[in-house]
Amino acid sequence: MGSLFRSEPMCLAQLFLQSGTAYECLSALGEKGLVQFRDLNQNVSSFQRKFVGEVKRCEELERILVYLVQEITRANIPLPEGEASPPAPPPKQVLEMQEQLQKLEVELREVTKNKEKLRKNLLELIEYTHMLRVTRTFVKRNVEFEPTYEEFPSLENDSLLDYSSMQRLGAKLGFVSGLIHQGKVDAFEKMLWRVCKGYTIVTYAELDESLEDPETGEVIKWYVFLISFWGEQIGHKVKKICDCYHCHIYPYPNTAEERKEIQEGLNTRIQDLYTVLHKTEDYLRQVLCKAAESVYSRVVQVKKMKAIYHTLNMCSFDVTNKCLIAEVWCPEAELRDLRRALEQGSRESGATIPSFMNTIPTKETPPTLIRTNRFTEGFQNIVDAYGVGSYREVNPALFTIITFPFLFAVMFGDLGHGFVMFLFALLLVVNENRPGLNQSQEILRMFFNGRYILLLMGLFSVYTGLVYNDCFSKSVNIFGSRWNVSAMYSSSHTAQERDKMALWNDSVVRHSRVLQLDPAVPGVFRGPYPFGIDPIWNLATNRLTFLNSFKMKMSVILGIIHMTFGVTLGIFNHLHFRKKFNILLVSIPELLFMLCIFGYLIFMIVYKWLVFSAETSREAPSILIEFINMFIFPASGTSGLYPGQEHVQKVLLVVTALSVPVLFLGKPLFLLWLHNGRSCFGVSRSGYTLVRKDSEEEVSLLGNQDIEEGNSQMEDGCREMTCEEFNFGEILMTQVIHSIEYCLGCISNTASYLRLWALSLAHAQLSDVLWAMLMRVGLRVDTTFGVLLLLPVIALFAVLTIFILLIMEGLSAFLHAIRLHWVEFQNKFYVGAGTKFVPFSFSLLSSKFSDGDNVA
Amino acid sequence: MTAHSFALPVIIFTTFWGLIGIAGPWFVPKGPNRGVIITMLVATAVCCYLFWLIAILAQMNPLFGPQLKNETIWYVRFLWE
Repeated sequence: MGSLFRSEPMCLAQLFLQSGTAYECLSALGEKGLVQFRDLNQNVSSFQRKFVGEVKRCEELERILVYLVQEITRANIPLPEGEASPPAPPPKQVLEMQEQLQKLEVELREVTKNKEKLRKNLLELIEYTHMLRVTRTFVKRNVEFEPTYEEFPSLENDSLLDYSSMQRLGAKLGFVSGLIHQGKVDAFEKMLWRVCKGYTIVTYAELDESLEDPETGEVIKWYVFLISFWGEQIGHKVKKICDCYHCHIYPYPNTAEERKEIQEGLNTRIQDLYTVLHKTEDYLRQVLCKAAESVYSRVVQVKKMKAIYHTLNMCSFDVTNKCLIAEVWCPEAELRDLRRALEQGSRESGATIPSFMNTIPTKETPPTLIRTNRFTEGFQNIVDAYGVGSYREVNPALFTIITFPFLFAVMFGDLGHGFVMFLFALLLVVNENRPGLNQSQEILRMFFNGRYILLLMGLFSVYTGLVYNDCFSKSVNIFGSRWNVSAMYSSSHTAQERDKMALWNDSVVRHSRVLQLDPAVPGVFRGPYPFGIDPIWNLATNRLTFLNSFKMKMSVILGIIHMTFGVTLGIFNHLHFRKKFNILLVSIPELLFMLCIFGYLIFMIVYKWLVFSAETSREAPSILIEFINMFIFPASGTSGLYPGQEHVQKVLLVVTALSVPVLFLGKPLFLLWLHNGRSCFGVSRSGYTLVRKDSEEEVSLLGNQDIEEGNSQMEDGCREMTCEEFNFGEILMTQVIHSIEYCLGCISNTASYLRLWALSLAHAQLSDVLWAMLMRVGLRVDTTFGVLLLLPVIALFAVLTIFILLIMEGLSAFLHAIRLHWVEFQNKFYVGAGTKFVPFSFSLLSSKFSDGDNVA
Repeated sequence: MTAHSFALPVIIFTTFWGLIGIAGPWFVPKGPNRGVIITMLVATAVCCYLFWLIAILAQMNPLFGPQLKNETIWYVRFLWE
């Protein structure tokens, strides 16, 4: 069998890494992804470890890179993601990279800051120009329409330096002008009125274009206002109110020439600012483009570096403090590759003393490694979701590849639906190398990961659909039905036969609503339909009576065979872990128990199918009654299935009854006898305690030189305990619980397999209802209107088929098939108490920009 | 007559699944996945053959027949026979 049958043998190896070459060796190991490192410094906090400084440096570099990526994406520059993964940089290059990145960051920040300042400046100038333009109309208007200001005719002619007041005859008229938010205008005006009580005149107008607010960056509407006030005190108040409402105040020119001057000055300054701003933005873009070329490889390099330092932190120093010691779990098949990787690393760093390794014996349980390809990965995930297999135990995933889709298909069994599912899965499989699918959202991702499972489920559903003869709830008549209706008519028979049977003629048929075919009449039943269920049953009103009986018996047969297979797999486990006594004392009684009761049930079912026919149908006994009578021994028994049935059943019951105490007490008593009968060998070593009593593997991991001679006769189990630790009570209790669970479980699990019948019935009925409610309604309308009606009906039919029958029923059958595997099948042999082997590998680090680190 | 019409499908399908399940494994090319493919072939053959066998055994000696509406009887009589 391939390596999918059992997990791979592992060994513990010690790596001696010279301090000069440690980094390169780990880099070589990370590229290959061979081994899993063990943390030797578990009680040291992460801040006290040796390489904390380097890890911090990596994190600093990561921060700079994240900032870079942010700026690059903000400027909408495309970020090329390279295909090749660059190796981790040697320590000499790191300093250089660090300097480069830091310089780049500083420069970027400065340029961005300058750009912001320039933009803010520009906005203010633009606002000023707008304000000047709009207030020109105010003043003109004032002069034209409000002659009240004629008292101060020389307003326009005076040239003033200070905008806030005018010194003339003690009367001070001042102007405040600026811009204010659209939303605040009313409140502003009211406040001014209340505070200044009419000594101010406010004019404002809306600015047509919305400008950007230099502080917040939003684009909003502004109002230009001009406040003319009379008096210095009022002036202060007005200014305070303006501050309060966050107005942008600009100097108000008092003469037309001044205004023109200011406007020209502003225009030139705006032009200059535009040019400078453009140049700055171009420069920034240039810098970012250049950085974008190498940023991806830098990100990968920094990630790898950080992973290497994290792993180095797990190693410990030896006494001379010059050599790092690492303990790794390594599959035995890869020991040579490990040596070669170490040599390669030592060579790359140019050290005189190479790093080396050796294997050490251990008592701990190694992690479980099962190599999967993209096809078997899905099924292995199903099994691992229940529990990762213990070290070197039989892996049910190998058989789940076929039994899981098969049991799903038994519950789903529809030709049409299965074909649609198959097509969908085929679409996913054919496009599996397209990059988009790998990174899509959650639900599609789940379907994508299970594409091979879906493919097989669809294929098997097509097969079971053919056997159930169910295609979108209709049957397909390929070979011709074997039930002959004409033979029921009296015209098909000779006179003498007619007297014995109830036959039909035209008037009988016309007047009775339903009539049942009788297989006892010769010629009516011409043999079983060669492949699957006869299509006439689809037209029959008593279809479910026949199908229920068929499907229930089928579920029970399939279930018992599945469970027996599970118990048989347990035998392989016992053989591998060299506990032959388990086979005799546990597996054989279990098999006998199961087969004597339920195997006999299968025999009765098949016997009744073969022997009883329509002629003897009156005496055909019910299997259920016979099965129950097997245990109750009623006084007035029925005629039974076959002669001698009582004796056979008695024998089977006796065998079962004998196997139960063997199952309960056999193993604990045997172990007790071993423990007492043979005095303890093999405990001359102190501290020889085993973590797990059930595995021989730890012992075989001990080096050969440690095992005493003459131990071969003890392979049956004395090794598995020390003198002090043999706890009879515990072993007895465990075995009793296991036995009770098994015996009761046999009955309940067999009944549990009836869900195969229940779900296939539900699916068939749902499908039937959908057809009857939708398609039949559409197909019954005769006229041309019917054709038009058929289009939306078919669309609705398709949508409901997909959502209800494919997705909902598919999920339901999927779930129940998983349940059958996890509980009914796996609890016959599977322990599932192991840990998964997670190698130190750079390919396990995520390669996307947004994801965080995965430290191996 | 029933025996004949039963024997022929049995022979055909037994040989078919027997070829897949028993002869097929000999032709699987050597490679890392040989064990997996052999297991898949054998399991498929066993499951599918068993399923078909149960279906045909259940119909071999029916104890009762289908109950049809009179319209269906008329239709089947004139269209299928």
